[in-house]
Amino acid sequence: MALRQCAIYGKGGIGKSTTTQNLVSALAELGNNVMIVGCDPKADSTRLILHAKAQTTIMSLAAEAGSVEDLELEDVLKAGYRGIKCVESGGPEPGVGCAGRGVITAINFLEEEGAYDDELDFVFYDVLGDVVCGGFAMPIRENKAQEIYIVCSGEMMAMYAANNIAKGIVKYANSGSVRLAGLICNSRETAREDELISALAAKIGTTMIHFVPRDNVVQRAEIRRMTVIEYEPEAKQAEEYRQLATKIRDNKNFVIPTPITMDELEELMMEFGIIDDVDESIIGVSAAAAEAVA
Amino acid sequence: MSQEVENIQPSYPLFRNDEYKESLKNKREAYEERHPQEQIDEVFQWTTTKEYQELNFNREALTVNPAKACQPLGAVLCALGFEKTMPYVHGSQGCVAYFRTYFNRHFKEPVACVSDSMTEDAAVFGGQKNMMAGLENAKALYKPDIIAVSTTCMAEVIGDDLNAFINNTKKAGHIEQDFPTPYAHTPSFVGSHTTGWDNMFEGMIRYFTLNHMDDKKVGSNGKINLVPGFETYLGNYRVMHRMMKEMGVDYTLMSDPSEVLDTPADGTFRLYAGGTTQAELKDSPNAIDTLLLQPWQLEKTKKFVQSIWHQPATAINIPMGLEWTDEFLMKISELTGKPIPASLELERGRLVDMMTDSHTWLHGKKFSLYGDADFVMGMTKFLLEMGAEPTDVLCNHANKRWKKAMDKMCKDSPYGQKTEVHTGKDLWHFRSLIFTNKPDFMIGNSYGKFIQRDTFYKGEEFEVPLIRIGFPIFDRHHLHRMTTLGYEGAIYMLTTLVNAVLEQLDKETKGMGTTDYNYDLIR
Repeated sequence: MALRQCAIYGKGGIGKSTTTQNLVSALAELGNNVMIVGCDPKADSTRLILHAKAQTTIMSLAAEAGSVEDLELEDVLKAGYRGIKCVESGGPEPGVGCAGRGVITAINFLEEEGAYDDELDFVFYDVLGDVVCGGFAMPIRENKAQEIYIVCSGEMMAMYAANNIAKGIVKYANSGSVRLAGLICNSRETAREDELISALAAKIGTTMIHFVPRDNVVQRAEIRRMTVIEYEPEAKQAEEYRQLATKIRDNKNFVIPTPITMDELEELMMEFGIIDDVDESIIGVSAAAAEAVA
Repeated sequence: MSQEVENIQPSYPLFRNDEYKESLKNKREAYEERHPQEQIDEVFQWTTTKEYQELNFNREALTVNPAKACQPLGAVLCALGFEKTMPYVHGSQGCVAYFRTYFNRHFKEPVACVSDSMTEDAAVFGGQKNMMAGLENAKALYKPDIIAVSTTCMAEVIGDDLNAFINNTKKAGHIEQDFPTPYAHTPSFVGSHTTGWDNMFEGMIRYFTLNHMDDKKVGSNGKINLVPGFETYLGNYRVMHRMMKEMGVDYTLMSDPSEVLDTPADGTFRLYAGGTTQAELKDSPNAIDTLLLQPWQLEKTKKFVQSIWHQPATAINIPMGLEWTDEFLMKISELTGKPIPASLELERGRLVDMMTDSHTWLHGKKFSLYGDADFVMGMTKFLLEMGAEPTDVLCNHANKRWKKAMDKMCKDSPYGQKTEVHTGKDLWHFRSLIFTNKPDFMIGNSYGKFIQRDTFYKGEEFEVPLIRIGFPIFDRHHLHRMTTLGYEGAIYMLTTLVNAVLEQLDKETKGMGTTDYNYDLIR
């Protein structure tokens, strides 16, 4: 099987890293060789696989050694649960430096050192919240990830972010072979969430590939720095991640997305009762002011 | 103070006039808050000691005169070697001004190179708009056949994706879909100018051959490809042409800027001249093999030649000095089946004759040298062949394997037993070494002249003269037209080295009635 490279994007805090690690564990369980490349200076994309607080990152090791050229692949590539290969690009602390450049440096390093060997079936890039600069688009440059999954929920800002990411993908899809492969709904238990995300997916030209329900077992496993697949393989939630993994493995629905306008997005949310019809008279009026008028 | 029209003087000797001396002295006393001369001298003397050298070598956070340049500089030189090719740098304008002046000063020639002038807004929104306007304008104005795109640090830090930008530029119709636009990412916080040359070259062959490999067969055109790497001696391009022609070997010199960087003053300005053609580039996977003349700097090219072209990229050393030129020619002969002709044997014989004539003067003389990895290695090899003793050999950007190979080469020669090889060090480190180990000569680019001045300041007996072989050479004319490769190159280097030795000896022995007993007419 040819190597498939996938990038996971989505609003910050939506559960990309947790979802990715559970998904990857399920793929490994199905017998696939998988690598996770964490593209976030927080370096929390591999902790559940490695049972570690945070993996030592390429950039921190490079800073220590003096330059990236002084590093060896085995210094940065760690194997975890079921042999899943883990790498964290790493980057600066908030407020200094350039995290995007860290992602570019790290991925170039992995390519040059031959981390993408013939044995691998999947590579997953777990990318920080928004695609804020060219560096965070590195995983979707030509000859890298060709499938993008967006993690979202039925909350307004998560959907807004998903639509925005779709806009970013269009730019790259037009010049290359990167495609949107689906939305993963990580449930926040908002009303009619699955229908809403399915509707959003349809509007931007893709599908909701799976609806992952909310379950406390995820948190229980996370406290133990484990995925649900490893911590409680019999759990219902583990089965959900297995379904997600199977659907992604069999997925053939790769599209150039058709992102919608802000108005269309608001309309959609009104349709599902997330927001009321925009009443221009209440915009910018504080609660106290509204009461005074009443 | 005023100059006379009939006798305009440059700063030297003008500023040696009393009125200027006076004026400069007043300025110093009134405004410069200069330390007392004794204190300056005390610090100066301290910087020449072993104690200071130890502190200097423990320096962590500062580079002083790095003895290397940045990646896109190499990319531009590489691009200049192809027919009707405009080097295009995606990024800031000042960087490109630097590349152009750097080459201007070395080659004493105009150098064509464009930038898409990214400014504040491009740093925030990405440089795609600059790319679109830049490619369209560069093509319309300068009518190149190829635009070779590289990047400055600015574009690299914000993560501009050249492949996507160039494709989008073509899709939007700014330039035709099939207009050749090879590209390379050349971030200067990695590697050096030689890395940039390698990256751009790989970008060239990738663009013209990667998707056209189906009808290619190794050896089918019977040629040898020669890849020069970052090469600034124009004679080195010419000597390769000559040697291959004399051998009757069909060959392609891949990237050859020797015409465009040496155009005649005949009233016609040439924006483009000479260079490797597109047809040659496209045909290059059909060659018997591709030889990398500066193998230590062409890692990426080697990988491409081996994995995509399936050519062996047979390992050679830089063809510098006697033995490695022998090896090079024998390798060409072995690969092509063509014998080494009498003309080259004759040339070799002349070199050997010269070496025997001069070796007594070079034997045991101590040389410290710095520069690019392959040049420094070839030069060291040649010094060892002459019985000269390399003292300190420095290359900032070379890797650990290079150092190992250098150490071995020196240890295998009776003249290299005391040689120290330094990587990751700069010219301020080198300055310390010159004071403490005091070689007879330095070999390197023009920047070494400041070390010579410093050694002279310490005292005439401490002066270490600089022999200018390397890049850049800004303060001597036309040396870039010389040759350092092949027998011809060895002849030039030998002539330069031995005459530097004799010049120095004359300087030391011209004392009337003191040392002139050895101020000989015949040496």
